[in-house]
Amino acid sequence: MRRVSEEDVKYVAGLARLNFSADELRTLTGELNRILQYFAKLNQVDTTGAPPTAHVLKVKNRFREDTVEPSLPREEALKNASTVKDGSFQVPQIME
Amino acid sequence: MRFDTVIGLEVHAELATATKIFCACTTKFGGAPNTQTCPVCLGLPGALPVLNKRAVEFCIRAGLALRCEIAKFSKMDRKNFFYPDMPKAYQISQYDLPLCRDGFLTLDCGKKIRINRIHLEEDAGKLTHSTGTERYSLVDYNRAGVPLIEIVSGPDLSTPAEAVEYLEKLQRILEYLEISDCKMAEGSLRCDANISLKPIDREELGTKTELKNLNSFKALSRALDYEIKRQSELLAAGQAVRAETRKWDEAKQQTLSIRSKEETQDYRYFPEPDLVPIELDPAYIAGIAKSLPELPDEKKQRFMADYGLPEYDADLITSAKRLAEFFEAVNAWYFNPKAASNFIMGELLRLLGEEQLKSAEIPVNPASFGDLLKLIDEGEISVSVGKQVFAQMFRTGAAPEEIIKAEGFKQISDETQLLAVINKAIKDHPQSVQDYLGGKEKAAGFLVGQIMRETKGQANPKLLKDLLHRELEKLKE
Repeated sequence: MRRVSEEDVKYVAGLARLNFSADELRTLTGELNRILQYFAKLNQVDTTGAPPTAHVLKVKNRFREDTVEPSLPREEALKNASTVKDGSFQVPQIME
Repeated sequence: MRFDTVIGLEVHAELATATKIFCACTTKFGGAPNTQTCPVCLGLPGALPVLNKRAVEFCIRAGLALRCEIAKFSKMDRKNFFYPDMPKAYQISQYDLPLCRDGFLTLDCGKKIRINRIHLEEDAGKLTHSTGTERYSLVDYNRAGVPLIEIVSGPDLSTPAEAVEYLEKLQRILEYLEISDCKMAEGSLRCDANISLKPIDREELGTKTELKNLNSFKALSRALDYEIKRQSELLAAGQAVRAETRKWDEAKQQTLSIRSKEETQDYRYFPEPDLVPIELDPAYIAGIAKSLPELPDEKKQRFMADYGLPEYDADLITSAKRLAEFFEAVNAWYFNPKAASNFIMGELLRLLGEEQLKSAEIPVNPASFGDLLKLIDEGEISVSVGKQVFAQMFRTGAAPEEIIKAEGFKQISDETQLLAVINKAIKDHPQSVQDYLGGKEKAAGFLVGQIMRETKGQANPKLLKDLLHRELEKLKE
């Protein structure tokens, strides 16, 4: 089994916009590797003929009808925003 | 060095459902910012999505029309990335089990363009960037959660013209299916392109670039032209094309690099735990297949075969479903396809353009239009007067007979009445008569013009010409 390195943990943390200290990184790397060992154990099970699992529930096909219901009043929608301008959420400028 | 061009398109179409894909908020375009949101489409903690049944149906309609296989088992997945127009920090999309795959679309030349997949996903909100010194962006989530289908073609398009034709055909099909408004200007139809060049003697594909911001047919065509030139110059100079995403800059008329592929985001797709899988009953799919309308290319072929229309006419008239339906309604009332087609292409489309109306909003009654064509065929009015009558029918909705009566447009086909005007013209223009008698046949044309002016264009043209010649010949004796 491939072990994850601190670099791997840093990369994944970066994708999730998380910053960790060197100590935290070391701890997390150890924990993640222990978790991966459980998966290694699962990988030993013979799954020949077992269909891939898309969902843990046996339920399928839950749909709603295409009928409009009232939306939130704008004040409600914007209530938790840290900054509001012109009826919109204001965020730092991000441009591609 | 000579190169083959390899192009594939990714087209996003907003589905014309009443509500969003996972909640009951309206999808209406143009509402005041953030007035069409709820905890689900705002991504508030604990809110749970429920899939819109009609969105699934619309995606399958598109799949069937594009000859795809419809998945018996499908599911939604999470695509994770941070961008402020995506409030959940993930987009619910489809990864490995899309609803539709392996279809095709046929170009006019007979070439089949593969459709690799069509999947269902949610749209993002809209960002407006500040232009002043203070740098910020405003987010409107009205569009967040509007259902989209993404249609991915194979790398089978060889020229910008083929890419444009493919997109036009796709747009027409989606409109016929009535599953999307397909307005590129409003963003309900969007297109990205992948393009690479390969030396003609090589098998393997070259490095591709992805082009974004292709918001019109013109932008698509120009961006591809630009990219062919840019890539071929690089390759000819022995340099490599970088795998990257480039944006079409309309003002500069060039593509600009926005992101290299090495920085390509790692989306960490995984099955969406908040939504259960979709397992479709073959009978349900067969029911949708049965409900599909006649598609644009079939209609065009039928219009050529059944109505004897030239290909140009058939193509133009079947460009919009409502226009084609109008044409058929007119001919069901009074059958003269070519005359109807001429009026539709010449007069109707011009008037619709002037009034900025869509083909669904044609204000002319098809039966009245049929009556007008009949009046022309029966010689009651000339074609040119008919055009004036048609314009009035378009503006007022009145019946052609009423307009002809009110305006005194009736064609003069009475011989006695016409002879009187003809003899007056002969008397008033002796020089032209002399010219004619001296062998200048053209002089008769001048006399016809004078008589037409005298009768306000209402003289029956054929009868007028016959009578005039008869009178002039008489003078020869």
